[in-house]
Amino acid sequence: MLCDICGKNPATVHLTEIIDDQMNELHLCEECARQKSVQMESQFGLSDLLAGMAEFEKPATEDREAAATKCPDCGLAYRDFKKIGRLGCGECYTTFKKYLGPLLKRIHGSSRHQGKTPVKAAKGLKEEINMIQDLRAKLQKAIEAEEFEEAARLRDQIKAVQEKQQKSSKEEPTR
Amino acid sequence: MQLNDFLKHTSEWLKGTGPNSDIVISSRIRLARNLDKVPFPHWANKKQSKQVLDQIEQAVANIDFLKTATVFRLADIGNIDKQFLIERHLMSYEHAQKTDSKAVIIDSEEIISIMVNEEDHIRAQVMQSGFNLFEAWNIINRIDDCLAKELAFAFLPEWGYLTCCPTNTGTGMRGSVMLHLPALVMTRQINNVLAAIAKLSFTTRGLYGEGTQAQGNFFQISNQVALGHSEEEVIENINGLIRQIIEQENQARSALLSQNRAMLEDKVKRSFGILRSAYIISSQETIELLSLVRLGCDLDMIRDIDRRVVNELFIVTQPAHLQKIEGKKLSPQERDMKRAELIRERLNK
Repeated sequence: MLCDICGKNPATVHLTEIIDDQMNELHLCEECARQKSVQMESQFGLSDLLAGMAEFEKPATEDREAAATKCPDCGLAYRDFKKIGRLGCGECYTTFKKYLGPLLKRIHGSSRHQGKTPVKAAKGLKEEINMIQDLRAKLQKAIEAEEFEEAARLRDQIKAVQEKQQKSSKEEPTR
Repeated sequence: MQLNDFLKHTSEWLKGTGPNSDIVISSRIRLARNLDKVPFPHWANKKQSKQVLDQIEQAVANIDFLKTATVFRLADIGNIDKQFLIERHLMSYEHAQKTDSKAVIIDSEEIISIMVNEEDHIRAQVMQSGFNLFEAWNIINRIDDCLAKELAFAFLPEWGYLTCCPTNTGTGMRGSVMLHLPALVMTRQINNVLAAIAKLSFTTRGLYGEGTQAQGNFFQISNQVALGHSEEEVIENINGLIRQIIEQENQARSALLSQNRAMLEDKVKRSFGILRSAYIISSQETIELLSLVRLGCDLDMIRDIDRRVVNELFIVTQPAHLQKIEGKKLSPQERDMKRAELIRERLNK
């Protein structure tokens, strides 16, 4: 199917527009959809959708490196994730952390979990989460006060707690 | 519990009770959970999927709270039965495809359903009648805590529960509310409402879930965001939005009544008349007419029919339900006749 606007490129974005009860179906190529999205930004989340697609258009070298990264636990490559939009296992989140962080932020508008924690892990974890939150607040203050030595020390401390967390979550036996 | 036993009672979410049940049909919360160190269902091999199924079944058996639940392994049940479960909102359409090592675990009241090996290892949902997300959350939160004592979930403190699709990462929670908004549709205000909902990062679906068009004035509204807010905050956000929509629907209903009562009553009564007399009726026409009859019940124009009877008709007139009731496979033409017969029986009591 070709794009309804330019008639040249294949249509990859399919859009249903409803204006005053009139339903209109549009099939657009990426380029025309991008132009259209500027017009419609206020009405639809289409621009977000396209931003999500653009995520995958990183510079070629970084892209190749990212695509070839494989999860050691399940063998899913980042390339597979880009194709199917689904991850292979929990460990993939740690393996692809660098790429998933910005993606999660784009999808949810945040990349920090605020909800419940599993009961089994809860006790130790909650203390550590509180500790990290405290440290982050201090770090922010240090940066604002331009106390960079203190900031660097806090940053390392946060990192150490996070690493400890990851290690302990790995060591926890599965039933 | 046998599948056929479900036919004998009304699903919790159809009871037509609970807060604001004139406009809100049902509230539902689902949680996505995965076992740690095991590939997600689409990436797992046969042996791993089988182990997941066994492990989750065992975990459920250990939970007192789920004593009355029954496990249905999808490989063991027929196509009509699978469709039947979808129509009752106890499992998704996607879950009925490729049924190897899949199961759905349902409690006797049909409040709780747990899909095993759908997109995630566990998709647990709790349904409540009326506008009642917090009650649904309290129940599912308890189930989740029980499951977490039996199973190690994939979880990172920073990103929360890890799910197959990154759109669910975080709480893994989706809250949905099914609304009946005939007056907003009739007064042509619905598109403004839907546009506003989309702008606020909520999604709208039809009566029969993901990928379905809104039919018969039913709209299912859910949150999209799972990361960055606690479960309670997300629910409070949905509640705030739903309260506003209820308010608007009520205003539209009052406006219709004060400006055009005769026209409205005519529509309602004609729909009631057709449903009580027809001998052949399609499911599409059924939904449209039942929607008006339901509105008639809410506005006291129809007094001799309980709302619950109307709610139930939305589900029992679906293809698999008709075939289960009849006890045999029916062609589409036969279904249209059986459907009309069933509606006549229930509305002419």
